Amino acid sequence: MEKRVTFSSWTIGILFAVPQLLLIFTFFYWPAGQAVYWSLTLQQPWGGGNIWVGLDNFRSILSNADYWNSITASLVFAGISTGLAMFIALVLAALTDRQLAGSRFYRVVLIWPYGIAAPALAMAFRFILAPEAGFMAVVNQVWPGFWDPGLNGADAMASIIAAFSWKYIGYNFIFFLAAFQAIPRSLIEAAAMDGSGVVRRFWDIQFPLITPTIFFLLVINITESFQDSFGIVDIMTSGGPANATNLMVYKIYSDGFKGLDYSGAAAQSIILMVLIVVLTIFQFRFIERRVHYR
Amino acid sequence: MVERTPILNFVTHVILFLGFLMAVAPFVIVAIASSHNLKDVNDVPMSLLPGSDFWLNIKTAWTTADLGPKLLNSFIMATGVAAGKVIISALTAFSIVYFRYPGRTFIFWLIFITLMLPLEVRIVPTYAVVANVLSPYQTILDLTGLSWLIEKVSGVQVSLSLGLLNSYSGLILPLIATATGTFLYRQFFLTVPDELTEAARMDGAGALRFFIDVLLPLSRTNMAALGTIMFLYAWNQYLWPLLITTDQSHATAVTELKQLIPNVGGIPEWNIAMAGTLIVMLPPLIVIVAMQRWFVRGLIATEK
Repeated sequence: MEKRVTFSSWTIGILFAVPQLLLIFTFFYWPAGQAVYWSLTLQQPWGGGNIWVGLDNFRSILSNADYWNSITASLVFAGISTGLAMFIALVLAALTDRQLAGSRFYRVVLIWPYGIAAPALAMAFRFILAPEAGFMAVVNQVWPGFWDPGLNGADAMASIIAAFSWKYIGYNFIFFLAAFQAIPRSLIEAAAMDGSGVVRRFWDIQFPLITPTIFFLLVINITESFQDSFGIVDIMTSGGPANATNLMVYKIYSDGFKGLDYSGAAAQSIILMVLIVVLTIFQFRFIERRVHYR
Repeated sequence: MVERTPILNFVTHVILFLGFLMAVAPFVIVAIASSHNLKDVNDVPMSLLPGSDFWLNIKTAWTTADLGPKLLNSFIMATGVAAGKVIISALTAFSIVYFRYPGRTFIFWLIFITLMLPLEVRIVPTYAVVANVLSPYQTILDLTGLSWLIEKVSGVQVSLSLGLLNSYSGLILPLIATATGTFLYRQFFLTVPDELTEAARMDGAGALRFFIDVLLPLSRTNMAALGTIMFLYAWNQYLWPLLITTDQSHATAVTELKQLIPNVGGIPEWNIAMAGTLIVMLPPLIVIVAMQRWFVRGLIATEK
């Protein structure tokens, strides 16, 4: 898509692009290149530059059980929280779209969770799910030792999944509702005239028409679960107990800034980058079909 | 709508109400917990009737985590990111859409690619750059032999150094260096009719005049949407401020929250922690409620 009418003075055009280009060069391309460089070299402990080690950093990371544990944890986290957040949001959006009394109200309230900072909601969930105070304590009184995210890895994973899903239900809800509302009303009314019920209409008309949104949200939820989980993990579990919630971004942070292993952290960043780029390319294929210019 | 479905309508209402409870419960629990005293908040089960210590807890949380200056920092950072994004993206999109200089497609892709990699995954090297923003340029000068040349000619040794750790620019600039807003504007500029541009040119307006007097006023909606999204995005940042504000004076409210987590084995002051959480939650919530329309529109348009 191109403009037919343009301005001829190149200087203004180029000047206008300069601030953005300077910013992305300094804070995007240079660091990304730096990460590649670090991942292929090893910093000498006594200083004096980096020595070239080829793919050794990747080899040592990929043969490290801790790293695979972190990948597994990230995938479990991404899978369950994406599934939960998308399913609940889809149900709520489909029902809100029926436009019964009060649907305006739900449309407003159900998106609030997305505005809350991950660490703040993590704090709230840490209290709500604390084993000795708050609400899971009630369960613990009935079955002592049933719930303890501080000691039990599965419980800790469940807590961060709950916090993350809660936030992203709000996010997915916005997109699902917009997708439902973009479906022409006449289509649904025609189907109703032909005698199909609400459920039938959902499966045969609405659901097929929102599949692009589903794919889009699937990718976004998974990529966000890699990034936005940092605050939740840091506040709720600090990666523990016994690395059960040591997700990939959290491990990059703790290896790079606490362990000062820049090369290892850079190699992990590269792997994560590749993962996200693959997912994004996958997503653009679906977005391309959705974007229309008038 | 078109038919009577009383049972389904009832089920719909029940499920939506449950969804509403789920969305609101954490807010309510935080608010109630922050009104209890130390003993009541640790009661099992905690009473859902508000206690009387609300203002006391708010005050304690405020002073313990030093929230006054921290909220101000958060506010400066969020406003800076929102304003920077709104301005710089508009400039870039204008350049990409309305000019035909050589290399334009290349620049377009250069910017497009930044959409793919969020700050979190390139955090370690970005930190190194911010520690000395001029280091990329120093390295380029060194590698191309220019710094050697300058030293020989003028006798001045080139060592560029400008650290942005513990500064507002360090907090703000890396968060602006992505393409989200540029594409929002681009899509909008592409829908602006060509006749408008022709008319403006006919009346003797140059590129600058057209941009300021025609395009910018037309993009007000986009600006509001982008500004809202970016404000929330920046306010809610955690990892980045945590890294680069080693000095307390530039820490943000969200990173300070960590100070309030009750220690294992210490006094479980959940009431104070929840009061602090409430304070940090409130500004974005107010923005969402007040700017709901722009927020939803911006989210869907930037697909972020």
